[in-house]
Amino acid sequence: MDILIAIAGLGIICLVAEIFNLRKAIVPVTVAGLLAVLAFVGAKIFSKNPDILGLGFDKAPYYNMVTNDKYALAFSALFILLTAFLLALSPEFHKGHKAKLSDFVAIKLLLLTGAIAMISFTNLSMFFLGIEILSISLYILAASNPKDVKSNEAGMKYFLMGAFASGIILFGIALIYGATGSFNMLDINSMNRDTLPTWYGIGAVMLTIGLMFKIAAVPFHFWAPDVYEGSPALTTATMSTLAKVAAMASFFKLITTLNPHLPGFLTTINIIAVLSMTIGNLMALKQTNVKRMLGFSGISHAGYMLLAFQFLDLSFAQGNLFYYAFAYTLAGIAAFAVVLSVCGSRGNEEIFNFNGLGKTQPVMAAVLTCALLSMAGIPIFSGFFAKFFLFNQVLDKGRMILVIFAVINSIIGVGYYFKLIIAMYSKESTEEKQPVPFVYSAVAVIAILINIGIGIYPELILKLIR
Amino acid sequence: MDVSFILIILLFGAGATYFVGDKWASKAALIFSFAALAATVYITYLFSTGHKVSSMHLWIHYPTVLFALQADGLSLAMALLTTALTPIIVFTSFGNLFPKSRSFYALILFMAFAMVGTFLAVDGLLYYIFWELSLIPIYFIALIWGSGDAKERKKAVIKFFIYTFAGSLFMLVAFVYLYQKRHSFLNVHLYTALLTKNEQIWIFFAFFLAYAIKIPLIPFHTWQANVYQKAPAAGTMLLSGIMLKMALYSIIRWQLPIAPFAAIQYKYILIGLSVAGVIYGSILALKQNNIKKLLAYSSLAHVGLIAAGTYTLTIDGLRGAVLQMIAHGFVVVGLFFAAEIIERRFGTQEISGMGGIRVQSPKFTSMFMILVLASVALPGTFNFVGEFELLYSLAQANIWFAVIGGTTIILGAFYMLRMFQHVMLGEANIKVFKDVTFNEGLALVLILAVLLFLGIYPKPVVDFITPELEKTLVFINRFNK
Repeated sequence: MDILIAIAGLGIICLVAEIFNLRKAIVPVTVAGLLAVLAFVGAKIFSKNPDILGLGFDKAPYYNMVTNDKYALAFSALFILLTAFLLALSPEFHKGHKAKLSDFVAIKLLLLTGAIAMISFTNLSMFFLGIEILSISLYILAASNPKDVKSNEAGMKYFLMGAFASGIILFGIALIYGATGSFNMLDINSMNRDTLPTWYGIGAVMLTIGLMFKIAAVPFHFWAPDVYEGSPALTTATMSTLAKVAAMASFFKLITTLNPHLPGFLTTINIIAVLSMTIGNLMALKQTNVKRMLGFSGISHAGYMLLAFQFLDLSFAQGNLFYYAFAYTLAGIAAFAVVLSVCGSRGNEEIFNFNGLGKTQPVMAAVLTCALLSMAGIPIFSGFFAKFFLFNQVLDKGRMILVIFAVINSIIGVGYYFKLIIAMYSKESTEEKQPVPFVYSAVAVIAILINIGIGIYPELILKLIR
Repeated sequence: MDVSFILIILLFGAGATYFVGDKWASKAALIFSFAALAATVYITYLFSTGHKVSSMHLWIHYPTVLFALQADGLSLAMALLTTALTPIIVFTSFGNLFPKSRSFYALILFMAFAMVGTFLAVDGLLYYIFWELSLIPIYFIALIWGSGDAKERKKAVIKFFIYTFAGSLFMLVAFVYLYQKRHSFLNVHLYTALLTKNEQIWIFFAFFLAYAIKIPLIPFHTWQANVYQKAPAAGTMLLSGIMLKMALYSIIRWQLPIAPFAAIQYKYILIGLSVAGVIYGSILALKQNNIKKLLAYSSLAHVGLIAAGTYTLTIDGLRGAVLQMIAHGFVVVGLFFAAEIIERRFGTQEISGMGGIRVQSPKFTSMFMILVLASVALPGTFNFVGEFELLYSLAQANIWFAVIGGTTIILGAFYMLRMFQHVMLGEANIKVFKDVTFNEGLALVLILAVLLFLGIYPKPVVDFITPELEKTLVFINRFNK
């Protein structure tokens, strides 16, 4: 709870700073604030007593509204880190934009509170609040370029789909409440599954459907490519990294605690996982727009993450999911930072913009290459270890066929990731060299260094949860 | 000082080479690759005098992954091959002026790092990581500095990458599956994992896919000739001289001891497939007009014979394979370098566009002649020793394999000598052929010296590798009683 308060407070400080004309200080202050919160979260994870400030928040956790277990804390730390990166990118991205920078920054901070509420809930109403805060912030961000028809379309599409999904989620929560008489996950988890009425399972299924929309897993993915392409690039980065992982992590937490003993439930999730991987990858192969391609690749990564439901030991599965999320999002941030720097002034994100980048911007090209190699799962980049841990976990459960599908998809993935790499290194640039804004290259380099770092030493991340 | 020292030198060297800048990159790369060679030689000396030079650290707790590098006769021999060829490969590139040369040389050193790691690692996952890591530098070397039409090159290189990546992913699945059995990736643990016959068979073929693509055996060879032709000379040398040997080495180190039952069960099919590659490669080599493609197909024939030798599961076959790996590594680097020397002067890879070199450049011609003769395994060269043992092991399996495999020498002699004739002999061309420079000559002389010395006195190598091979053979033959 203290984390939520601190971040929401930062958001308000942001808005106040605009009034006092302290525009230049907004981003440095908020990023520094976020890093301070990150350090605080880190201290919480490693300390035996989570209430390190002695404020008593954690002893009476707000009538069991939020929890501070390792899973929630670790994911919160990841979200804060991602938001810090995204905020650092904002001033450069919104340079020519009329609206006030503080709006964007504040919305992102509120989005972060939503994400953290989604992951650290113990009460289903808290979860719903979180997902709504996150979604509404994203609707605004998607449509934040009002003069662009595509951005409007993206905002509208996302809003309609998202609102629909929220409705289904809410209905699911209502059914679960009807079946159990409680919003509290701890109570629900301890109930005997055999005595619960049928609509408990139906509620769980509705929650699943709603969250599949948010994750953009096949067959609930139709909104994703258009929204990703139409939204401003920085919003796409937010959606495909932070929002996707937040929805994924809370989905995992929900299902593992709700634990609906439904016949065929896990099989359905497996089928969705395989479909997401395959269709996401096959569609990505055909794209010529980089944002769209990364969008489809995100769908396939969601498919991989859904494999985490095959587990023998919950805490290992949580650790593996966290590692995958970490690896994927950092590679995504690095890739998007490069995409922003290359396409920022051009108004489109077609692949030919990247021609000859290896010559004109060797550092950015190297970062993008590393990010793509990580997503493709080539060793030493953390993407490889993420896949390896998942494969290990799924095989531990004895699901060979899933691993075979995942492997075949990794091979397909190489096809489109390398399309971009080839464009950067073996085609000639058509335009002259342009300087890269410092923040873009700084964010890209730091993100990719963290990605490689956790690849060389995976324990660093794994032991946060296990 | 343990074996990880070699890796550190190469990795540090790659970084340093990149940062000293384009002007000094080639020299820095040469210095570091020599340092790595010196370190390897010193470690080999320490190893043979009974010091402990292996290195093992815990890397990941769960799943348990060890940073385990083991020095034994087999792995050190291969590491020596790598670190001995790397300076030569760097040295041969001195004659080319590459754009962005610092990246080029850094990638070569990085590749050497990954390959030495592959040879030394005995933890399955670590081995896999090095194995995959070696793919990235060669991909970029071939893509960026290759020759020929950019579009075709891209196609060839991406095909190569996807092929090899696909194969090795199935190897990864096999490793993870094995891990479930023993909760360890260490090779000696995997050797003794209890596997049913069916499990062994499919694990064997998961490994086989990775190795057959990389070696390559038919019908997985289609990437090879195009990539060899399109890659720059140094890339071709790295690929054919060392990288192929990674797969051949891995058959001995991983595939056979882990799934010996399958190896015994499918012995004749595997030997047959490999020997078919020998004939196929030789016949295709006969028809080539492009010198690099000709050498690629001849390489296909030679490695086919090596693979056949390993699958005979006899000590002669394994030893012959290792000896021939070393010999083939040197000779193929020499031959591709000779082709590069000719290309530098004539600007073509087409054999029909060459000729008349002997009249203008007797020194180069005689060196090229010795290389050609070594390649066709003339007695007195190191290749003869290996090829002889390989054929002997094939004869133990079935005399007809030896007879068919033996045609590689006859066919090899035919196409190599015919190539020599067309390239070297004939009237002096209109084109001028300057005799080899000192640098070029030195590289060739070094290769020839190794081939001839070991050809006459192969005993140190044989003695060095045999004990480890015998140990491996015990694991392989544990079902064969």
